[in-house]
Amino acid sequence: MALRTEPIVLNMGPQHPSTHGVFRMRVTFDGEVIVGLDPVFGYLHRGFDKLAESRTYTQFIPLTDRLDYLASMSNNFGYCLAVERLAGIEVPERAEYIRVIMAEMMRISSHLMAIGFFLNDCGAFFTPLLYMYREREKLLDLFDMVSGQRLTYNYMRIGGVSHDLPPEFLPALRKFVQEMPAFIDEYDQLLAENEILLARSKGVGILPREMAINASASGPVLRASGVKWDLRKKDPYSVYPRFDFDIPTAETGDCYDRYRVKVQEMRQSLRILEQALAQIPEGPVRAEGPHLVRPPRGEVYSRIEAPKGELGFYIVSDGSVAPYRLHVRGPSFINLTALREMCLGWKLADAIAILGSIDIVMGEVDR
Amino acid sequence: MTRPLAGAEVAEGVQGALPGAGVKGEGGTIWVEARDLLPVARYLKEEPGLAMDCLANLTAVDYLDHFEVVYHLLSIQHNHSLVLKVRLEGREGLGVPSVTPLWKGADLQEREVYDLLGIAFSGHPNLKRILTWEGFPGHALRKDFV
Repeated sequence: MALRTEPIVLNMGPQHPSTHGVFRMRVTFDGEVIVGLDPVFGYLHRGFDKLAESRTYTQFIPLTDRLDYLASMSNNFGYCLAVERLAGIEVPERAEYIRVIMAEMMRISSHLMAIGFFLNDCGAFFTPLLYMYREREKLLDLFDMVSGQRLTYNYMRIGGVSHDLPPEFLPALRKFVQEMPAFIDEYDQLLAENEILLARSKGVGILPREMAINASASGPVLRASGVKWDLRKKDPYSVYPRFDFDIPTAETGDCYDRYRVKVQEMRQSLRILEQALAQIPEGPVRAEGPHLVRPPRGEVYSRIEAPKGELGFYIVSDGSVAPYRLHVRGPSFINLTALREMCLGWKLADAIAILGSIDIVMGEVDR
Repeated sequence: MTRPLAGAEVAEGVQGALPGAGVKGEGGTIWVEARDLLPVARYLKEEPGLAMDCLANLTAVDYLDHFEVVYHLLSIQHNHSLVLKVRLEGREGLGVPSVTPLWKGADLQEREVYDLLGIAFSGHPNLKRILTWEGFPGHALRKDFV
């Protein structure tokens, strides 16, 4: 006689340390195996799209800091670039270099957090994360030096950046760029062939190439599935064409690949930083022009390669000082589209590792 | 560099393959009638020369007398892009067919547009509010929502 069984529904979150903010996964189990997963969003929805409509273009910049708050500079960058494209503003060369430097520092910082928390989710409780914090702290000191802030920098402006780098910044960054590769080697020594990490992440939560593209995945999630797609190369913006760097990819699209791609991307970011430090010219850091930007009527969809993927801003202008409509395409949000498919058939602990490997920040998911 | 396709050329191709389809090219945009959205989108995805394999972004705009649903399509294979737009007249009972059968990436984005702008996507497997809660009064991104 067959045993009568029933599926169990479990709410992971919204308050749960592994959901990286207020996010809920409504998971259905058959025994221990996941047979259904329904992500529930909106706990951190602040209505940024609507808030933008009652603010001037410049006033929206500090709000972008609060999208992906582990990569505020990248958000500043993406937004300012979108408005500049809409209004036809040219950015001085030194400002372009400063922006690229900030964006690549931000990528390293964001990936450090992503890797650290991913290992946390795998059960290596806080020890690896604190190693990552050690290096991130140095980056935060650098960001503090230029903007006076550690998390929400509000540093970039439409047409450039708010002010020039302080004199002590570039030497300090040079020191960081020289020292950092040894630290990444150290992480690799500790982690890359660590048996427990391999057991927890190899072959787990595979996102096949076709599905990754079809589900609009971007960033390290897409590249780990074997798609060589990086907007810095494929749709270059700012001064990225001047730098020599590679797009790391992996083959299988499992949690381990998503981790590996991020480690390799940090090395590529250091390469870019090194070149940017050698090339950065003197000059103004902000375009001349009125502080109240009034882009002509029209619309733009502008995107950059943020640490977590394609960060897009769709802006419609009616010629006034505020956007008529602004939409943020947050990579964390859209990378969650395939979460269910990645988790089906795995166990609860794997679902947590899978979510950790996607690397989400709720500020950007719920906006 | 991602190459933006010319809307007029693509529209011509669509009309060749799907006679009678309500499409119009304009700049980098192709305008499609809501009733023809699904076949046109399928053509854009499956025609080898276009191969729009990825729906990069989906949103909608409230222009008071009408709405526009905006699809930013991308071909990772060819590295070119196209904007597809659907114009919806009026303010009540708005709907377009869901493109989730073609691009899974539309899933959460269509739910967001439904939630915040009140446009229903017929054929969507799970059309529920996403950022606000069930029972939320109105649609927050509409211009008449204060």
